[in-house]
Amino acid sequence: MSEPNACLDCLRRARLLAHLAPYIEKISSAVPGSRSPELLRLCNEDLAAAAAPKIAAQVLAEVDAVPEQRLRTDLLAAHCWACCRHDPAFPPGLGDAADAPWALIGRGDPCLLERLEPQGAVTIVGARRASTYGRETARELGRELAAAGLLVISGLAFGIDACAHRGALDADTTVAVLGCGPDVPYPASHRSLWRRICERGLVLSELPPGTGVWRWTFPARNRIMAALAGMTVVVEAAQRSGSLITADLAADLGRDLGAVPGPVNSRASAGANDLLAGGACLIRDGQDVLDAMLGPGVRKAERVGADLDARLRDVLAVLERGAETSDAIAAALDLDGAEAASALATLEALGYVSCSLVGVYSRTLLSAPAI
Amino acid sequence: MLATAQTFTLDGISARPVRVEVDVHRGLPAFSVVGLPDTAVREARERVRAALVNCGFEFPLRRIVANLAPASLRKAGPGLDLAISVALLTASGQLELDRGSIAMVGELALDGSVRPVPGVLAIAEAARERGCEAVIVPAENGAEAALVEGLEVICLENLGQVAALAAGEWTPERPRPMSLDRRQGEAMPDLADLRGQRHLRYALEVAAAGGHSLLMVGPPGAGKSLAASRLPSILPPLVAEEALEVARIASVCGRLGGGGASGRPFRSPHHTISPAGLVGGGNPPGPGEATLAHRGVLFLDELCEFRRDTLEALRAPLESGWVAVARAGAWRRLPCRFMLVAASNPCPCGRGESDPECSCAPLAVQRYQARLSGALADRIDVLAAIRQPSAEEIGGPAGEPSAAVRERVIAARERQEGRLGAGRSNAEMTAAEVRDCALEESAATLLAEAYARRRLSGRAHDRVLRLAQTVADLAGREGIGHEQVAQALQLRRRDSE
Repeated sequence: MSEPNACLDCLRRARLLAHLAPYIEKISSAVPGSRSPELLRLCNEDLAAAAAPKIAAQVLAEVDAVPEQRLRTDLLAAHCWACCRHDPAFPPGLGDAADAPWALIGRGDPCLLERLEPQGAVTIVGARRASTYGRETARELGRELAAAGLLVISGLAFGIDACAHRGALDADTTVAVLGCGPDVPYPASHRSLWRRICERGLVLSELPPGTGVWRWTFPARNRIMAALAGMTVVVEAAQRSGSLITADLAADLGRDLGAVPGPVNSRASAGANDLLAGGACLIRDGQDVLDAMLGPGVRKAERVGADLDARLRDVLAVLERGAETSDAIAAALDLDGAEAASALATLEALGYVSCSLVGVYSRTLLSAPAI
Repeated sequence: MLATAQTFTLDGISARPVRVEVDVHRGLPAFSVVGLPDTAVREARERVRAALVNCGFEFPLRRIVANLAPASLRKAGPGLDLAISVALLTASGQLELDRGSIAMVGELALDGSVRPVPGVLAIAEAARERGCEAVIVPAENGAEAALVEGLEVICLENLGQVAALAAGEWTPERPRPMSLDRRQGEAMPDLADLRGQRHLRYALEVAAAGGHSLLMVGPPGAGKSLAASRLPSILPPLVAEEALEVARIASVCGRLGGGGASGRPFRSPHHTISPAGLVGGGNPPGPGEATLAHRGVLFLDELCEFRRDTLEALRAPLESGWVAVARAGAWRRLPCRFMLVAASNPCPCGRGESDPECSCAPLAVQRYQARLSGALADRIDVLAAIRQPSAEEIGGPAGEPSAAVRERVIAARERQEGRLGAGRSNAEMTAAEVRDCALEESAATLLAEAYARRRLSGRAHDRVLRLAQTVADLAGREGIGHEQVAQALQLRRRDSE
C-alpha cells in the first residue's frame, strides 16, 4: 500500500482548526448542550467568520501564508502522517458524515487505515469514572473483538476507553481517536498506553501535531469515532454522559448501537440502560457484537479456552456461583490454601479468571470446552 | 579537692562514656554543673543534695563544680545522678571507693534510693568495651546488666550502700541474668485463634517462611489485626545475638521489663504517626517504631490512611535494614530489619465493591486503591484477600496452633540459610541469586506464559520467583516446580496498570 497522502488544502484546514480552537471554544461554551460543534460543517471562510468575526481575514491570511514545506516538515518532526478526504486510503465511513474532517492526522501504523471501514471496526465508549464491573467488561469486550478480527476504536480517556484499548492490545491492535494532536498523550497519565498504541496500533486526530485539548474537541472527536465504526457500544454511561453523545451521533449516521446492561439501581449505568430501553442492541459479550454487525453466527468469537481438569472445573463453577476470594473458594471446596492458590493461578494463566488489585477474582467471558 | 567518676550517657541506641569531675573548694557555697547538661542533668543538683543529706552524708557548704567530660557531648537523662554524688562524696573526703575502674549509672530519689534508668544493657556493654571491671546499676536493672559477661555487676538499692561497699562491709551478689530465650509463643497470642481463613493462614505461613512483606485486604472485623498479631508466634525464635539486639533496643527505650524479653517484637503504630515517629528522629535522634520492630513485625493497619511522606520514609530502611537519621550536629544509624505487614480495607467504606451495601463512588474506590500501589506498596510481596468468615467458621474448631506452623517455617528457613548464608531469607535475595533459582521446565513455561499474558513487570517477575522459592522451601523441594510457580503467581501482590 502506498503512503497515505494529504493535499495542501486539507492540511491548511487542519491548521486553521488549530488556530481557531480558542475562538471556537468561546462560542461553543456560550451555547450549552451542543453535541458536536455544528461549525465544523462550514467551509474555511465561513468557519473563520463564525468563530472569530473580527479577525477572520487575518487568521485566514496567516494560515494561507504557512508554506507547504513547513506543514509537511511539522508532520514529519512529530512522527505523524496525514491522510485527506481526496486520498483513496481515507476511511470510507467518514464520507457518511456531513461534518467529517477534511484530513486525519495519524501516528502509528498507516496500514491499519485500510482495515478502518465501518463493517470491520467497532467503537467502545463509556464512563471515565467506571466501576470495576464496567472496566472488566470493557477490557474483555476489547480483547474478544480484537481477537475476532475487528478493529477496536476508542478515545484513550480514563475508565472504559483505556480498558477497551488495553483489552484490544492484549489480543491484537487498536485505534485511538484523540481530541488533541496525535502526538499529545492526553490524559497525561495514559502516556504509556498512548505509546504502546503508537507502536502497535494507530492514533488519529483531525488536529495537527502539538494542538492541545479544548472542551469542544471532545464532542468533535466523538463524531469521528462514531463515523469510523459500524457499531458503537456503550459500556457504562450515566445519564447526560459524553458517551451518549457518541451514541447519538452514531445513531444519526445510521450505525448500529449497542449497550452493555448495568445494574438497574446503578446511576453509573443509567444511560446505558436507557439506550437499551430505547432499542439499542443488548451486548453481553463479543459474540453479541459480532452477531449484530455481521449477522447471527457469521463469525464466532474465540471464546473457548484450554481444556480443564475436574478440579479446575470445580473451582470455576464455585467462582461462577459468586465466591470471589481465594479464601471463599478454598472454604467452599474444602481445599487448603496452597491448593486453592495454585488452581486460581492456573485458571488466571489460562485466561478464565482475572484478579483485581485487592485480590478479588472475577470470571472472564472465556468459556470452558465441553467435556 | 578533686575527684572523678566514670559513667555513660545514651546516644541513639548505644552508650557514650562520660567522665564526671567534681571539684570542692573554698568559696561561697554553690553547686554548678557544666559540660552541656540537659535540664534533667542540671536538676541533678537538687536530687543529689537531698539524697546525700537523707542518707546521713554531709553536703559540703563550699563551692562545688561538677564537670561532665567530654564537654562537647550532650548529656541527657537522670542516669548521671549516682556518678555525680559518688564523685562529690569522694571529693569531700567522705568516701573512698577503691575498686579499680568502675562505672556507675542510676537516678537518685530524694531519700537516697536508686531508681532504674533506661539503656542499662547498652551501658554495661559499653563499660566492658572500655575496660571497666565493674558497673554499679540500680537494683531493678541488675538482671539486664548481668547479661553482659566478663563484668562485675553491683546492684544498688540506695546511696547508703555505697559507703558499705567502700568500707568492705557489704559484698554484693551478682544478679541472675534475665532470660532472653523465654519460650516464644507461650506468652504470645496463638494462631489457633484464627478460625477458617485458609488462604490467609497460607499467606501468613509463606510470608513468615521467606521473610516476605504482606498486605492484607479485607473488610473490617475479618481478622486482619488478629492475624498480624499472631505472626511473631510463627516466626523462628531469635538466635542469641539477635535477642541481645532486640533487648538492647527495648532497654534504651525503657521497655525492657524485669521479667525478660518476650521474643520478637510486634509494633503497630497508629496511622497518624509522623515520619520521625516511624523511622526515628528528634535531636538528638532517637529510635522510631521501625527500630523498635527490629527483628520483629511492623504492622501498619489502615495502610491507605497513613501519610504519604511517612510511608515514603520507610522505603530505604525496608531495603537496607537500617535507617540513618541526621539532625543538626548529630547523625545516627539505627538498625531496623523488620517484617512489614500492612492491612487495608478494599474501599473507603470497608465493605468492598461487590457488596451491595457498598456506597463508595467508583472514582473514590479507584483513588483509594491507587494508594495500594504506591512506592511503599512496591516493596510488598504477598497479597492476602480476606473475606468475612462465616458463622460456621467462627464457631468451628480452632485452627492449627502456632507451634506446628512454626516448625515448618523453621525448616524452610534452614533450607534458605543453607543456600544463601546464615541469617538471610528469600525476600532478601539479590537479582543475581534470583536468576540462579532452579526452575523446572514446566515452571519456566508457566512463568513465561504469565509474563506474556498478564504483562508482569521485571520487578514482579523477580518477586514471583522469590515467592516460588519460598513455597518450594516450605514443600521441602530442591527445584521450583509448576505448582510452586502457580502458587507464587496467586500470592503475589498485584500492580495496577
